[in-house]
Amino acid sequence: MAKKENKSLEIPEQEVIKADEMERTRSRRCYIPKTDIYETEDEIILVADVPGADQDSVDIALEKNILSINAFVETDVPAGYDRIYSEYEGGDYQRSFRLSDEINQNNIKAVVSNGELRLHLPKAEPAKAKKIKVKAA
Amino acid sequence: MVSKFRIPARWREMDQLQREMNRLFEGSSVKHTSGSHKYPAINLWANEEGQIIRAEMPGIKADDINIDVTSDTLTISGIRSHDEAVENNRYHRQERGYGSFTRTLQLPFMIDTGTVEATFKNGVLDIRLQRAESDKPKKIAVKSE
Repeated sequence: MAKKENKSLEIPEQEVIKADEMERTRSRRCYIPKTDIYETEDEIILVADVPGADQDSVDIALEKNILSINAFVETDVPAGYDRIYSEYEGGDYQRSFRLSDEINQNNIKAVVSNGELRLHLPKAEPAKAKKIKVKAA
Repeated sequence: MVSKFRIPARWREMDQLQREMNRLFEGSSVKHTSGSHKYPAINLWANEEGQIIRAEMPGIKADDINIDVTSDTLTISGIRSHDEAVENNRYHRQERGYGSFTRTLQLPFMIDTGTVEATFKNGVLDIRLQRAESDKPKKIAVKSE
């Protein structure tokens, strides 16, 4: 992969969840976290950028195949300093994914480190292929 | 028919108003810009004693971040690597960027390079810079003769 690392990293365009899409009880901005999803032999891995969030501020819920990620980020403003320049605004993160049946929903693991949320979604035992006989009329 | 000729003149007025508004906002104390900047995006706080530079850099290991300072510049560089053994894996979605970055900032005052502190927590980098003692504003007493 070394050749790909020559590429220079750019500031991601952050998508904000608009107020009319979701009523929020917090006045902070809410971003849709940039996410990678890839598949290995026995699991699907989902990696989302949630800078500022730790394991206590990330909330993951699974309901009816919908996996929701919520990260509430508390940013401390340096006391005794004035903000003189700003290129980004911190905020919360929220995003939902629809999971397919091929995931073992009882065994999902989540880790947060370095502002990165990593979800391990193990694949379920392959569903038995059903044969349907076609009857001649 | 008269109004047909008036409209462009009004538009010019509107244009001018727009330009004035833009100038007004450009001059505000906190600039909020995005887009054309280099990675990472930064926020900056300052007081008379020093400065705090904060950057969001999720998914980067602390060991992969380099910070170099001279008395009046600061360079943040590093790399965000792909997950290991990613070649064999099938991507469903790839939105996060990877690669290397370097950003150099010109500091508004001379700093004491010996006291620079950097912390990296939850993907957020904080750099604390102390203003050099020799660069701090001094009060000069005016003597009367």
